[in-house]
Amino acid sequence: MITLLNVFSITAISAGAFFFFAGTVGLLRFPDSLSRLHALTKADTLGLGLVALGLLPRADSALSALKLIVIWALVLLSAASTAQLIGRALRQSRR
Amino acid sequence: MSILPYIDIGLALLVVGIAGTTIAARDQFAAVVGYVAYGLLLAFVWIRLYAPDVALTEAAVGSGVTGVLLITAGKRLGALKNPAPEAQPPLTLKLLIGVLAVLVAGALGAAILLLPDPPPSLAPEAAAAADSAGAGLGNPITAVLMSYRSFDTMLEKLVLILAVVGVWSVGADKAWGSAPAELRQPKATAPMVFLAQMLAPVGMLIGIHIFWTGANAPGGAFQGGALLAAMWMVIMMAQLAKLPRIDAQWLRVALVSGPAVFLIFGLAGEVTAGSFFAYPHSLAKPIILFIEAFMVLSITAALPMLVAGPPSERPDR
Repeated sequence: MITLLNVFSITAISAGAFFFFAGTVGLLRFPDSLSRLHALTKADTLGLGLVALGLLPRADSALSALKLIVIWALVLLSAASTAQLIGRALRQSRR
Repeated sequence: MSILPYIDIGLALLVVGIAGTTIAARDQFAAVVGYVAYGLLLAFVWIRLYAPDVALTEAAVGSGVTGVLLITAGKRLGALKNPAPEAQPPLTLKLLIGVLAVLVAGALGAAILLLPDPPPSLAPEAAAAADSAGAGLGNPITAVLMSYRSFDTMLEKLVLILAVVGVWSVGADKAWGSAPAELRQPKATAPMVFLAQMLAPVGMLIGIHIFWTGANAPGGAFQGGALLAAMWMVIMMAQLAKLPRIDAQWLRVALVSGPAVFLIFGLAGEVTAGSFFAYPHSLAKPIILFIEAFMVLSITAALPMLVAGPPSERPDR
């Protein structure tokens, strides 16, 4: 059971790290701001979600597990909103 | 073999690298972004040094609030007309500036390199004092802040108020008493309103939690207050709440309440505990939390007012 949970943690966190890596590559390599934004928000939200998911079985208590989920939800909220704001600012500056 | 030393070395290199980029950046906005990233990395350094209290403060104030302050200041500077390019300063002046800068850096470096071994430290004394007077507080940092060096902590809040007064006094005579200009012009967009509506209630709860938990765990008045201040700024940026007039009674009372309550209890300590800024032993924890609550109020009022800037003289207000 413990081994199974460890395998789950390692898989999820590695997948999360991969998405962070992919997002960073996109941020550095994509040609314009909107695509870079796309790479950053999609990959980061998914990456952080997977890392949080992988850390859940390792949390000390139900409360700290809940904190992990809240942190992920807050990042999700702020990342999605700021991406919208930046995108809007880009569109306005293009006009 | 542990991987942590390598992470530490990487972190240190990153911090130095970002610091260098921030100084070298020609573009103002790039420099501000570099500074914010520098603050966040520094927060990680503090965590690695087992100082989560400092890390929280660095992330909230050093990076977050100061970042907003710098971005707003940069925007205002950019809105001003570019002054005519001045004549190059003469070579002697440049040399003098360089020599002085090297002297200051050298003196700082010498002071650090020539520290006696072991370095002088007030920490044991502070820990002992905090143990006796901050009884009931599980977090020694809060105990030191509020009991061992309480006078300094109160003066720090006074400095914040002085800074707000300084910002306000830059406003034009005609504008005195009116509200600062809106943080976001001309109109808040839907995502901003959504963000404020969703984030602010949760953020306020977390801010109050960080203040409350500061008695026993990392956290405290400044960190919690900075978070609450950030939430107020988000609400004002979404234009869900108007910026207050600077002559509003409630705003001024909120600003001075922290240091005022602190000072009252400090003076009362002369009678009840026999010394200025001492608390009766059995009541230390409730008193400290009571004072801190008002300090949170002061910080929550002061930081957004620093960002909002001087009162504006638009005729519609």
